[in-house]
Amino acid sequence: MINPFANFDAKRRAIALQAAVVVVLLALIAAAIHNAAVNLEKQNIASGFGFLNRTAGFDISQHLIPYKNTDTYARAFWVGLTNTLLVATLGIIFATIFGFLLGIARLSSNWLVAKLALVYVEVVRNVPLLLWLFVIYFGVLLRLPSVADSLHIPGGILLNLRGLYVPWPWGTPAWPVIGAHNVEGGLAIEPELIALTMGLVSYTTAFIGEIVRGGIESVSRGQGQAARALGLNESQALRHVILPQALRAIVPPLTNQYVNLAKNSSLAVAVGYPDLVSVFAGTILNHTNQAVETIAITMAVYLVISLSISAAMSALDARVALEER
Amino acid sequence: MNRITLLALAIIATAVISISPASAGPTLDAVRARGTLNCGVNLGLAGFSAPDDKGDWTGLDADFCRAVAAAIFGDKPKIKFVPLAAKERFTALQSGEIDLLSRNTTWTMSRDTTQGLTFSVVNYYDGQGFMVKKAAGIASAKDLKGATVCVQSGTTTELNLADYFRTNNLDYRVIVFEKQDESLAAYNAGRCDAFTTDASGLYAERLKLGAVDDHIVLPEIISKEPLGPAVRQGDEQWSNIIRWTQFALVGAEELGLTQANVSDQANAANPEIRRFVGAEGDFGKGIGLQKDWAVQVVRAVGNYGESFERNLGSGSRIKIARGLNRLWTQGGLQYAPPIR
Repeated sequence: MINPFANFDAKRRAIALQAAVVVVLLALIAAAIHNAAVNLEKQNIASGFGFLNRTAGFDISQHLIPYKNTDTYARAFWVGLTNTLLVATLGIIFATIFGFLLGIARLSSNWLVAKLALVYVEVVRNVPLLLWLFVIYFGVLLRLPSVADSLHIPGGILLNLRGLYVPWPWGTPAWPVIGAHNVEGGLAIEPELIALTMGLVSYTTAFIGEIVRGGIESVSRGQGQAARALGLNESQALRHVILPQALRAIVPPLTNQYVNLAKNSSLAVAVGYPDLVSVFAGTILNHTNQAVETIAITMAVYLVISLSISAAMSALDARVALEER
Repeated sequence: MNRITLLALAIIATAVISISPASAGPTLDAVRARGTLNCGVNLGLAGFSAPDDKGDWTGLDADFCRAVAAAIFGDKPKIKFVPLAAKERFTALQSGEIDLLSRNTTWTMSRDTTQGLTFSVVNYYDGQGFMVKKAAGIASAKDLKGATVCVQSGTTTELNLADYFRTNNLDYRVIVFEKQDESLAAYNAGRCDAFTTDASGLYAERLKLGAVDDHIVLPEIISKEPLGPAVRQGDEQWSNIIRWTQFALVGAEELGLTQANVSDQANAANPEIRRFVGAEGDFGKGIGLQKDWAVQVVRAVGNYGESFERNLGSGSRIKIARGLNRLWTQGGLQYAPPIR
């Protein structure tokens, strides 16, 4: 008896199988899209992306690019996106700095510093981020003095529950002054941005701290001892010997934290920060009711942001990788 | 799970799972088969729909759910109240999660014509206003130049606000929150100079602030907000039931029928009352209901005036004057077409 499949190239069979899976998957996606389109049509719900060119008609408190309520939904989308990118960038920078400090503090030979760092990690990472945001925003920032009683910080800086106002050469006027309702002039950093950034940073710091600690501990003790034997002091040993090796263990999990931070910024609307989800998947979705389109665009944006972070971190990972000789 | 994932799942579920109720068969059959009316209401707006001390939903909109359920099920109505945030409400209706949206929702042209929704009746004529702290010394909305305003996301309020300040050439800042409670808390903390929503909502929300007298509602009404129930497009019979339930509430008030006396009208002389209670003709048949559907409606919640006074007017803590919501015979806009 001759097996009819004996001559069948195993490699070709594998390709055929994979192709079949892809075809089935595409068919499923197409069916889902078709089904959604038919049902939307049947329910007389408008579809398509034409709405992006319609007038937005609403205002946004913080915009990095020029925006007024007579602009289009597309413009409002870019405002939301830039706000998301701003908070994600600030968050990643500060969370990295504080995370490294925290991780090092966890391993400090000073008992008090090490224990305080431990308490910080356990308290912060075991409570949901949304609650921290509420605590920071409603519990701390909105309890600052009113505009009239603004705190004067040396350097012409004003702080009140409406935000932090710093001198700014392009402000009108450049130095912030107390006006009828609000502080006028200077650069206003709104409490919503501060709350969201503080929330994301303090939360992610706890996780990054643990990653850094783990990374440092993965470097064998002999390395540190050898560095000391060569006459390096503790901080020199850390900087020149331990951390470069620890980075190899730190960078891959760090990517996850950065991606998480970017995605967690979508909690913004809880504290009134106009990020992409608040503006686009919130206000615009509701005004146009084109849920499928707005959510699809929003998902695609987060996908691109996350993949960009991953790509950048892969490049970094390649640079810190052990060079085999 | 973070917000975007959750939202995405909900939307995908909405879009992909076939949305049958609107097309497959009349909503009435589905409600009867299920034995329960799923009614979308506000998360908590005193006077319209809010849970009371015992956890029962009360308010004008909650009463409307009860009235519709009574018209369908008679004296043993079963209702599932589904509390919804502003931005979830239309998706909940479109996806079939609720049969009826009775959630202080403004009837606008785009909602009525492009979003798969049908509005057909107004159960509260409202308009947008502003609330400010008395201590701020603001007497008119025109004084709000340069002010910061707190508002809830996903409402017509956001758009009216922008229109008003643009029309009057005043600059302002807006802070948008997802939930009305967060918006109100931020206003109360002093983050905003003014809080804006429909005027009825201002009076109701003000009760949550403790020292009610520290806040005043400004005289300007900056928009028309006809609030009414909404259903999915494409089910005429269901839409008729909703519309005529509201007309029965208003009609009962016009005819002097109340929760107390509506059951004793079998021998009434007035032919309008005889038709209303089903003693003459069978008007329930046209909307797929029993002869005494209108009696059941009034028996469940009283007439429109009774429901209004109990929830929003003199019998409530809110004490809003009926204003535009008086009967047409008393200078208001509430008017019911005749049952004949």
